[in-house]
Amino acid sequence: MAITEDAPPGTDARRPGPPPDAPGRRLSSPLVLVLTLLLAVLAQSPIRGALGTPAMQSWMTVFVAVTVQALPFLVLGVLLSAAIAVFVPASFFARALPSRPALAVPVAGIAGAVLPGCECASVPVAGALVRRGVTPAAALAFLLSAPAINPVVLTATAVAFPGHPEMVLGRFAASLLVACAMGWLWQRLGRTDWLRPPAHGAHEGATTGEAFWGAVRHDVMHAGGFLVLGAMAAATLKAAVPADWLGTAAGLPLVSVLALAVLAVLLSICSEADAFVAASLTQFSPTAKLVFLVVGPMIDLKLFAMQAGTFGRSFALRFAPATFALAIAGAVLTGAVLL
Amino acid sequence: MNRQAQAAVLFLLGGALLHAGATDLALRYVKADLRPLLMASGAVLVAAAVATAWYERGRAGAGHAHPEPRISWLLVLPLLALILIAPPALGSYSALRSGTALQKPYALAPLPGGDPVPLSVVDYASRAAYDHGRSLHGRPVRVTGFLALDHAGRPYLVRMALNCCAADAQPVKIALTGELPPVLRPDAWLEVTGAYTPRLTRDPVNDGPIPYLRVTSARPVPVPPDPYDETWNN
Repeated sequence: MAITEDAPPGTDARRPGPPPDAPGRRLSSPLVLVLTLLLAVLAQSPIRGALGTPAMQSWMTVFVAVTVQALPFLVLGVLLSAAIAVFVPASFFARALPSRPALAVPVAGIAGAVLPGCECASVPVAGALVRRGVTPAAALAFLLSAPAINPVVLTATAVAFPGHPEMVLGRFAASLLVACAMGWLWQRLGRTDWLRPPAHGAHEGATTGEAFWGAVRHDVMHAGGFLVLGAMAAATLKAAVPADWLGTAAGLPLVSVLALAVLAVLLSICSEADAFVAASLTQFSPTAKLVFLVVGPMIDLKLFAMQAGTFGRSFALRFAPATFALAIAGAVLTGAVLL
Repeated sequence: MNRQAQAAVLFLLGGALLHAGATDLALRYVKADLRPLLMASGAVLVAAAVATAWYERGRAGAGHAHPEPRISWLLVLPLLALILIAPPALGSYSALRSGTALQKPYALAPLPGGDPVPLSVVDYASRAAYDHGRSLHGRPVRVTGFLALDHAGRPYLVRMALNCCAADAQPVKIALTGELPPVLRPDAWLEVTGAYTPRLTRDPVNDGPIPYLRVTSARPVPVPPDPYDETWNN
């Protein structure tokens, strides 16, 4: 890839910035884009040569695969979130959700069951809910439950674990439990200033159409960039972590639970597919597999990047570790009761 | 990135998704089921690009009050990767790094007709490893997959099984013995005809079973349109 060097420190900072409308002083972004594309096309054979080693190739394949797999669901979520932002009046949510936040959290958590998709869709939708005045605790419960308890994902889980309906039930119960617990925890301890203020509001666009497409454009560019970042991290870890470590970890109960929880975060697999991967980890106990299924849709590298992009970094840095810990606890608890 | 550049990136990304979805390119990375969704999302992205350019047209120069963050530039990377490089489907490198994903089948379907019997890598491996080849009735079989050579040079015939996308692809391996071509190149696709042999080995990565196939003839074949085994788990 083309590597752009940073300007030497200090040279830019001292000079007064060019007036915003001065032409030619600053590289405009369309120009940079054209130059990047042109450079990449011209240098394609050296680039191909550098990427020709098997390790680099499999990195590229996994990177492209994660991005291509997630983009349709991201677009679906972005369309839904733009529709919520533009067509659904804020008063609708005020009427639909109980006014007491403590009650709104479980209602929003169960409402997650109607969003058919994976975690890439739920981040922009939850962002739109917050901007639409839904109490953050309820929107976060929705964010966490939607990717795990919708019918598509539960069906995939049932297919991956034939003859083990308790796995589907366990996934549903544990995910809902953890989502509600996180919602209530946010309501008790969360501070609004951790959340980034709404990135774009209703001011954009005079007409409904302009506002709708403006929201779609903004969310795709924004969440898409973070998705790419997450996909790069996931591909790197997939290429770097040897698979035989898992065999060693499977023997010890506590280690196996932690190992699969960390693996769920690192692999960043789409929640529609993670059940099949869990089923293939045959050396591990059912509880460890349940932990994998509960942690993965709630927090992984790709999601962390997207949450940081939508809700702000100071939010993601607090929210992600809490989700991780609670998800493990909830899944182990459910596993002890059900499995 | 200002709005014009965003429109260009959205348009190119949408176009790349439409192209990948309409051709076999997408099958290197995702399941065939995703293709309609890929094309639909590509169309939405192109529409978003056209809408952005349309609404931008009236306000030349005045409308860049809210430039998008730098992170948006990362979207250029998958675009370049898809258009310029189009990385190949996962091959022997990934196959040797992960253990065989063969699992005990719930039931074995009746053997298809034909002589030799056409079987998938997964189908032969599960009949050989978990049924001691009984359901093969001693008939010759024909299996297609790509070659992988371990560090000792032992040849395996592999097919990657896909659950969702290439990130979760897992190999299913058959060890080859018998009459093999003199020169074996990793990642080359072979159509192998042979017979069951009771020999079984263990995958060094996860201790999974790898059954042997005694090869009587092998011929190189082109890469199939869908390099992955999608029947897995369906």
